[in-house]
Amino acid sequence: MNEELLKKVTDVVVDKLGVKAEDVKPESSFINDLGADSLDRVELVMALEDEFDLEIQDSESEKFLTVADVVAFIESKKG
Amino acid sequence: MFSLKGKSAIVTGASRGIGLEIAKVLAECGANVAVIATRENPDIAQEIANTYNIRCLSYGCDVSDSEQVNETFKKIIEEFGAVDILVNNAGITRDGLMMRMKDPDFDDVIRINLRSVFVCTRALARHMMGRRQGRIINMASINGIRTQAGQANYAASKAGLIGITKSNAMEFASRGITVNAIAPGFIQTAMTEKLAAETVEKYKAAIPVQDLGKPSDVAYAVAFLASDEARYITGQVLGVDGGLNA
Repeated sequence: MNEELLKKVTDVVVDKLGVKAEDVKPESSFINDLGADSLDRVELVMALEDEFDLEIQDSESEKFLTVADVVAFIESKKG
Repeated sequence: MFSLKGKSAIVTGASRGIGLEIAKVLAECGANVAVIATRENPDIAQEIANTYNIRCLSYGCDVSDSEQVNETFKKIIEEFGAVDILVNNAGITRDGLMMRMKDPDFDDVIRINLRSVFVCTRALARHMMGRRQGRIINMASINGIRTQAGQANYAASKAGLIGITKSNAMEFASRGITVNAIAPGFIQTAMTEKLAAETVEKYKAAIPVQDLGKPSDVAYAVAFLASDEARYITGQVLGVDGGLNA
């Protein structure tokens, strides 16, 4: 996994979900481990769009279950 | 109590009538105010700023146009640092009987009265969500609840506005943002001045308080719903109508 990208994603997750950086691991589930509700998820997706300058469709963000899912998605988009 | 000192507000349709009065009363309560109208009104803004010793900015903007609204609201957030209160007040009438009502008469009223609420609220939703606080007040009308002939477009827009108010209230509640509507009855403005004198007399007789309302009657209700003290009130439609809907 791209460590630099993981760090950037973690920063956004910490900022938007108000969790501690040490609690954000690649396998962390947004809903079960990080306590995100549906609004948090939308805010997170919009923040990711800004941070990485890309557009994320709802059909794509629905598949974001863990932090690793987000990192993999951004890697695939950014090549 | 009910001070809005240190808060910032956006009021749409604020060049005259109820909207202008709302801008003045929010300013009187200590809030910085951005007044939005079709055309920029620097003179009005200057006067409000001087009278109430707050910051008042004026912008010309089509409130139903996403691009213009997003751009304008971004500027306001930069100027004020944050926005706490949004009053979606802009509205028009194009009364007419169904058989004679033209497509633009229907579409314009829905666009200005209802689409604008969607566009303006969406433009601020993320900002307010992030701050975990906000007050959104939508200007409905008694005609969105119990209406009359010749206002199919207006009644539909105001009933629709009550719907968006309730849905938004549910959606934003967990983020400290309240969303309420105010339903004025007969308030003395340019909009009611268009009515025939006998119509006005007829309505006066039907109003329990036996008088038309003043724009300030509506504005004080807005100020209350905008206050921190109103934090537990959301998804409501508050009638300001002298008992007409009792």
